[in-house]
Amino acid sequence: MLKIDNLHVSIKEREILKGVNLEVKAGEVHAIMGPNGTGKSTLASAIAGKQGYEVTQGSVWFKGKNLLDLSIEDRAREGVFIGFQYPVEIPGVSIANFMRTALNEIRKYRGLDPLNGAQFLKLMTEKQKVVELTDKLSNRSVNEGFSGGEKKRNEIFQMALLDPSLAILDETDSGLDIDALRVVANGINHLRGEDKAIVVITHYQRLLDYIVPDVVHVLFDGKIVKSGPKELALELEERGYDWIKDEYEKNKI
Amino acid sequence: MKPFTNHVKQLFEEYSASLCSPDGFGEVRRKALSCFLQKGLPDKKTQGWQKSALERKVRNNYSLKLKPDEYRPLEEFFKCRIHDLNPIALPMLNGWFVPKEDDPCSQGIIACGLINAMQNHPNLTLPLVQHQNIDKENGLTALNEALFSDGVFIHIPDNTKVEIPFQIVSIVNTKDNCLINNKFIISLGKNAEATLIHCDDSIERESSFTNNVTEVFMGENSRLNYYKTENKDTDSILVNSLFVHQQSGSKFRSTAITFNAGFVCNIFNVNLNKPYAEAELNGLYLVDKQQSCDNHIFINHAAPDCVSRQMYKGIMDDEASANFHGHILVAPDSQRTAAFQTNRNLLLTDKAHVTTKPFLEIYADDVQCSHGATVGQLDEEALYYLRTRGIGEAAANRLLMFAFANDIVQNVEIEALRDRLSNMVQHRLQGELNVCSQCMLSDDITFPIKL
Repeated sequence: MLKIDNLHVSIKEREILKGVNLEVKAGEVHAIMGPNGTGKSTLASAIAGKQGYEVTQGSVWFKGKNLLDLSIEDRAREGVFIGFQYPVEIPGVSIANFMRTALNEIRKYRGLDPLNGAQFLKLMTEKQKVVELTDKLSNRSVNEGFSGGEKKRNEIFQMALLDPSLAILDETDSGLDIDALRVVANGINHLRGEDKAIVVITHYQRLLDYIVPDVVHVLFDGKIVKSGPKELALELEERGYDWIKDEYEKNKI
Repeated sequence: MKPFTNHVKQLFEEYSASLCSPDGFGEVRRKALSCFLQKGLPDKKTQGWQKSALERKVRNNYSLKLKPDEYRPLEEFFKCRIHDLNPIALPMLNGWFVPKEDDPCSQGIIACGLINAMQNHPNLTLPLVQHQNIDKENGLTALNEALFSDGVFIHIPDNTKVEIPFQIVSIVNTKDNCLINNKFIISLGKNAEATLIHCDDSIERESSFTNNVTEVFMGENSRLNYYKTENKDTDSILVNSLFVHQQSGSKFRSTAITFNAGFVCNIFNVNLNKPYAEAELNGLYLVDKQQSCDNHIFINHAAPDCVSRQMYKGIMDDEASANFHGHILVAPDSQRTAAFQTNRNLLLTDKAHVTTKPFLEIYADDVQCSHGATVGQLDEEALYYLRTRGIGEAAANRLLMFAFANDIVQNVEIEALRDRLSNMVQHRLQGELNVCSQCMLSDDITFPIKL
């Protein structure tokens, strides 16, 4: 479903990603871990198409199309969802209005008729339950005055509603208490399916107690330096990242 | 003497005898004229008017409408079709009040044409018609007093709450280049409450200059919700000078929305004369092409313990320009004043222009005052976020602009009006709105007055 080939990304001429290779097949859940500042969020932003993230080399294939050739919105319309670490606040735009506009723009791109008010409302009510989001919250402006947990829950709600084929979740677990973590994890598991793929970017093992990954990758110095089964996450939790660094430095020499 | 000033002098000499002037009011008009001749229109030398488009847009060949058009019942030419609004309609056509056959008011409430009120209720009306200190204001107020043809008079007695909103609709529909001066007097007794909607609409083929003055007198603990909408042709000039005089405990709340403007200028002058008076002013201006909109706001904290809040927002597209001048004056004895002012602007092109000038003049020491002005483009981070959800760039822009603007509309307390205005903002931002589609005037076919 997703195939990243030798991806190099620079921000203001500083190279952050130095040749990332990653393949995610339909039905799989991958976790990307790694210490701070190694390029995890840059990877998510580059896939989203954020301005200022310059791809100097490589390609990102998604269902046979190179995402890098598409506009930000077309990447989303093709079925890619990015869950943000720090979702922005948009005063004056209600979540309902936001999501209805998004959903109908996506449907238009796919040649489907727009949902009318009643159809949308039904869908929204259904998806709200997935993340235990109250009506009160969905009538509020997007993320405005939301707590950290509410913002993350709102990201998962948007994901549930837009029903993407590929979700890349950038530290969706950071700043969550144990209850919010459970809700967010349930939301993510809700999306799992044979024709779906999920990439979870995280610092901690604890999210992976709820969302069991098929593969765990370690991103270090702009590259994926180690990949392994779910047990790798436990090992990282226990031993930290120093041994990865040592191994990487040794191999470099 | 500038050409326009001279033009006004000639108009007055020729026509002043035809203007309604009961009980020595002719002297009031003459005094106002000489005041105008001295001051002229505000120009580049006038504080706050340096960037105004008024002088540039004004012409020197206006005519006056000395009598109303042939009488037709209101229902024949105007109906506001905003569902569930059902206001007490007070229409003005080409500068003259159009009376209704049945008077909708009772319990001592008066809502009628100003000339009618000056003749039938002189004791109530005449003391309020003459502006209190005309030498202090700019020339526009004097011009209005010298030449006003008609207007509206609303009187709400003490302890009276009027639930149904009043709606003044100023319609300009003429082939002539008219200079229209109207005066609106709203007087609220103690504990009186009312809502007033004032729409300025035009379907002119030629360019007119409308110069209105509204005087609001608020008794102790009275309340007025004032909604002003402006939707004018690209060639027209509209000036609205509003003077609010507040007694203790009174609350004045306004929302002024300019959708389209040749040149629209709102001059809001709020005098908090007695303690515990409150004023809340919200405004929105949406201009494009070569339209221009000015807002001059003066809040006079003349007594202690008063509160004023201002929130004005504007979106300028194409080569449009706007001018915001907000002056708060806190007198030496006006302790415990709270005064807040915010002006936020979005510029959509390199050629759009805005001048914003907050101006706080504070002589008391125990006050809580703030002001802020921003000029910017749409938030890049928010745009990015919307686009990552599949919303195209154009739609994302519109969504953010709507959010920015709709924030002001949310202050409207009447649900039907709020929904309508919200809808108008949405259409305006898509470039689809010329006039309010719920105003029967917008539809030329149903407009029976042949000109």
